[in-house]
Amino acid sequence: MPEKEVIIKTEGLKKKFGDRQILDGIDLEICRGETFVIMGGSGCGKSTLLRHLTGSIKPDEGEVYLLNENIATLNEDEMDRIKKKTGMSFQSSALFDSMTVGENVSLPLREHTKLEENVINIVVKMKLELVGLRGFENLMPSQLSGGMKKRVGIARAVAMDPEIVFYDEPTAGLDPIVTAVMDKLIVDLSKALSVTSIVVTHDMHSVFRIADRIAMLYEGKVAEIGTREEIKTSKNPYVRQFISGSPDGPIKFFRQKDDYLDSLTD
Amino acid sequence: MNFLAAIGSVITSTYRHTKGVSVLFLQTLYWLVIGPFKGKSARKQSIFEQMVFAGLQSAIIVFFVTLFTGIVIAMQSAYQLSQLGATIYVASMVAISLARELGPVLTALVVAGRVGAAITAELGSMKVSEQIEALETMALNPVRFLVVPRFLALLVMLPCLTIFGDLLGIIGGFLVGVYNLGLNPYRYIDFSFEFMVWKDVWTGLVKSVVFAITISMVGCYMGLNTRGGAEGVGKATTVSVVTSFVLIILFDCILTGIFFFSNL
Repeated sequence: MPEKEVIIKTEGLKKKFGDRQILDGIDLEICRGETFVIMGGSGCGKSTLLRHLTGSIKPDEGEVYLLNENIATLNEDEMDRIKKKTGMSFQSSALFDSMTVGENVSLPLREHTKLEENVINIVVKMKLELVGLRGFENLMPSQLSGGMKKRVGIARAVAMDPEIVFYDEPTAGLDPIVTAVMDKLIVDLSKALSVTSIVVTHDMHSVFRIADRIAMLYEGKVAEIGTREEIKTSKNPYVRQFISGSPDGPIKFFRQKDDYLDSLTD
Repeated sequence: MNFLAAIGSVITSTYRHTKGVSVLFLQTLYWLVIGPFKGKSARKQSIFEQMVFAGLQSAIIVFFVTLFTGIVIAMQSAYQLSQLGATIYVASMVAISLARELGPVLTALVVAGRVGAAITAELGSMKVSEQIEALETMALNPVRFLVVPRFLALLVMLPCLTIFGDLLGIIGGFLVGVYNLGLNPYRYIDFSFEFMVWKDVWTGLVKSVVFAITISMVGCYMGLNTRGGAEGVGKATTVSVVTSFVLIILFDCILTGIFFFSNL
């Protein structure tokens, strides 16, 4: 691929939760404008990695560079400045359920810009149009389906015209058709807004529909990284097992997440 | 050995929570005082909504609790004072015990049960459904955005509710004094306020300010530190209300001691 500006970089990223080494030395470079997918089984650390890239978690060891700034050295105001250039779509959509759809999307604009009310309303309509939900401004999140909530979450994530959009499991829990629509939406948004998209998912259909490049995580390390074709034809046994979804292979089967166990046994 | 370990874990968790609540309190003061100068004040709409919820909508419960308490103190003190032939002092008894003690404490307990629980449950569900994290990724500080409005609302509304409760308790005592003990209504009102000094009122209000800080800080801290889904929200809410109750009584004891032994 042609030389491009690196927009996110991690060096030797390590993170431990309790005794468990979640991330064990991650080196990544993500370029401006590409759609980069982080895939891997449940509990392999991909959501934790995403939270390091957004700056919500600080690493134990190693560095994260976001928009060419080392986030460990930034104070709160500088971090806020960076955060305004990024948007995040959450697995559970994380809409504020005391606010309407319109208020959810307009919140960052109201708080961070001095735009007039009528301009904000126009921007909200445009962002909802992008995700195909114009006209739903006055509904409450509880009145929407799971897929619609996620789309509103995406509209909110791109409200400030970010340079980078993070997606955490954008298609988890959606039916195959809505999944395909979401995938198309992510691709279209990347093109329409020329943003860099970082997607965390374990849905193989989605991965091959949206990714420019893919990193596969296994046990806190990058098992394989490459373009869509390179991953499709990879000889790496971990990647082969994950793509084919086979129960037998080098990947050990574990699905429980620690925090779930904790919540039951506390 | 298990017993010692249990004591140890109680002490360490108490220390951790005390530290957490103190840090949250300092952050709240920071956003309250410094925030507006950086153009980052709390949202007025949200402060207003919280004031309506914490203040106006609590008024009806405070109304019943303090009115009935006034009636009860009047009857209980009449039982004693009538033996001395001094039933008229029921009026002073009711007024002073409400202003100094029962008004602030009972109002705070009602508000802790109603508003403190609601704060923890709301912030707790926001925490477990990633809404708090969503705020942070939008560069919106949760303390400024969620804690400051709730803190301010309680700080203003709890003393107001306390004054309201004091007056209603006095009305409750008045009903007993005039309609049951047959006291002259004008003399009753005179005696209600004759022995009351300014200190009785302001010490009560100082207490209610301390209780407001306690309820809002414990409620927000427990909410923001909720873990483990719906079960965690339930746990956090219970702990929040119980902690607020105990702290209200503890601070009441300490403040009463200070006011009692000092010559303020």
